[in-house]
Amino acid sequence: MTNNNIAISVKDLTKRFGDFTAVDSITFDVRKGEIFGFLGANGAGKTTAMRMLCGLSYPTSGSGTVAGFNISTEGELIKRHIGYMSQKFSLYGDLSVVQNLRLFSTIYGLSDSETKKRMSAMMKRLGMDSMADARVKSIPVGWRQKLAFAASTIHNPEIVFLDEPTGGVDPVTRRKFWELIYQASSEGMTVFVTTHYLDEAEYCNRVSIMVDGRIAALDTPAALKEQFHADSMDEVFRIVAKDAQRTE
Amino acid sequence: MNILGSLIKKEAIHIVRDRRTMFITLVMPLVLLLLFGFAISTEVNNIRIAVVADRHNDTTRDIIQALEVNSYFSFEGITAADDVDDLLRQSKIDAALILRPDGNKLPCQIIVDASNPTVAQAVASYISGVITPSSDNVIVTRTLYNPQMKSSYNFVPGIMGMIFILICAIMTSVSIVREKETGTMDLLLVSPVRPINIIFGKLIPYFILSCVILAIMLTMAYTVLGLPVSDSVFSVIGVSLLYIILSLSIGLLVSAMVSNQVSALIVSAMLFMVPVIMLSGMIFPVDNMPVVLQGVSCIIPARWYISAMRKLMIQQVDFAGVLNEVFIMVGMTLVLLAAQLGKFNSKK
Repeated sequence: MTNNNIAISVKDLTKRFGDFTAVDSITFDVRKGEIFGFLGANGAGKTTAMRMLCGLSYPTSGSGTVAGFNISTEGELIKRHIGYMSQKFSLYGDLSVVQNLRLFSTIYGLSDSETKKRMSAMMKRLGMDSMADARVKSIPVGWRQKLAFAASTIHNPEIVFLDEPTGGVDPVTRRKFWELIYQASSEGMTVFVTTHYLDEAEYCNRVSIMVDGRIAALDTPAALKEQFHADSMDEVFRIVAKDAQRTE
Repeated sequence: MNILGSLIKKEAIHIVRDRRTMFITLVMPLVLLLLFGFAISTEVNNIRIAVVADRHNDTTRDIIQALEVNSYFSFEGITAADDVDDLLRQSKIDAALILRPDGNKLPCQIIVDASNPTVAQAVASYISGVITPSSDNVIVTRTLYNPQMKSSYNFVPGIMGMIFILICAIMTSVSIVREKETGTMDLLLVSPVRPINIIFGKLIPYFILSCVILAIMLTMAYTVLGLPVSDSVFSVIGVSLLYIILSLSIGLLVSAMVSNQVSALIVSAMLFMVPVIMLSGMIFPVDNMPVVLQGVSCIIPARWYISAMRKLMIQQVDFAGVLNEVFIMVGMTLVLLAAQLGKFNSKK
């Protein structure tokens, strides 16, 4: 997999916790600049798979590369080239908007001048200038979500991992959030996103559906609908996941 | 700004913005010191005493006079032997002294209300102190290092031992676990920040906070509570800093053991606070404990700290006198820190 157009490449990736196989030998590639949807019911193994790709967890077996680095041996290098936004809203509530951005900017190793530049660009893009000094815990959830996205991409990573970024957010805000994702993608950033919302799957370039730790389907939304003779991704998902053994 | 610097700043902002916790951490040490220094006292004052004497001679008169003028006693008069029991039961007196002069000898008996054994012991020893100079066999007791037997002297090291465990262990562990709960810890772990920076980013701000508290408490102890100032002050500070680091390592240990803030609090409190109060020798002397508990107390850091502090602050020994305690505390710190760093690195 030395293809220059590949951002993430995974082969037979497996993670076991004792007797339980959370992720069962998954294989897939994600192309650069692609928005890759990673779907699956609760407990299907999405988050575990994603944590392995981010270097938060070691695979039990199998191999993979992220941004060209080996996930088993080059975790520290991977960390410099990715952004990560977790499913829980996770910024520091007691810090202001600007303080949060500055913190993550320094943590990702940006110099002071770069930090300044990136921050003013981000604030402009988000339209958050008016609440720059507001404490994050006091701003509306939709804004926080956008801010979390900004914080995870402040260092302009090659790949950004979004773990259910729109959980618990109203449809309008979700829509706006996806505009941010599109913008990042159009600038060449690879977006790897897990989601519960099947309408969001339609926004992705390609979608994989995980069932019981394995990838049961992987293609563009249009091709998947055709393959399963379905009108919507919702229907596709129900057909693919109907044999799932694991429930929450 | 470098990574460690910005992590420390982040933590400092969190500490300062949480006004209530900040207030408690700064005021609690003061309140505890004042409380134990002045209000809670194991000294016994105003002992109401009655004397029973069949006959009087010079000696008995001397003793009665001594009781009358002694500020620790309030002399309730001479009474009949039969009334003593009633008076004690009605709480009109705390103790009675029975004198039966027989020629040159003066057999006497002290009767004390021992419903509170600690008080009773103190009262009995006060009374014998008054009688002794009048009897033939003179025993002179000198109480070294704390001649006035002030209980505040005894409590200062104990309070310090408790406060630092409280602030360092509980606050550090809760703040780390809070980041685990909110998910910000994951963000830090995904970032290129090295684990050691994350740990120090947590420890340094609480270390500084603890130093401020140490300064406040020592100032209080040496001024308001009047502990004797000498060269040992420097050793006191040095050993205290060591103990603060040890307590911070305990906080790290707790944060690795639990996954939510409530259990962090409970584990810190049950595993560390209770043993500190009960087994460290802060209130109950270690030597009086059953052998098993004495063994247990050896692994409680506060025991060694409090012991070292007593020697340094009250006995005024120099640093060489507490080397034993210092070595044990250094050893504990190294073991804890090594275990934590190993664990943090292999988290994946």
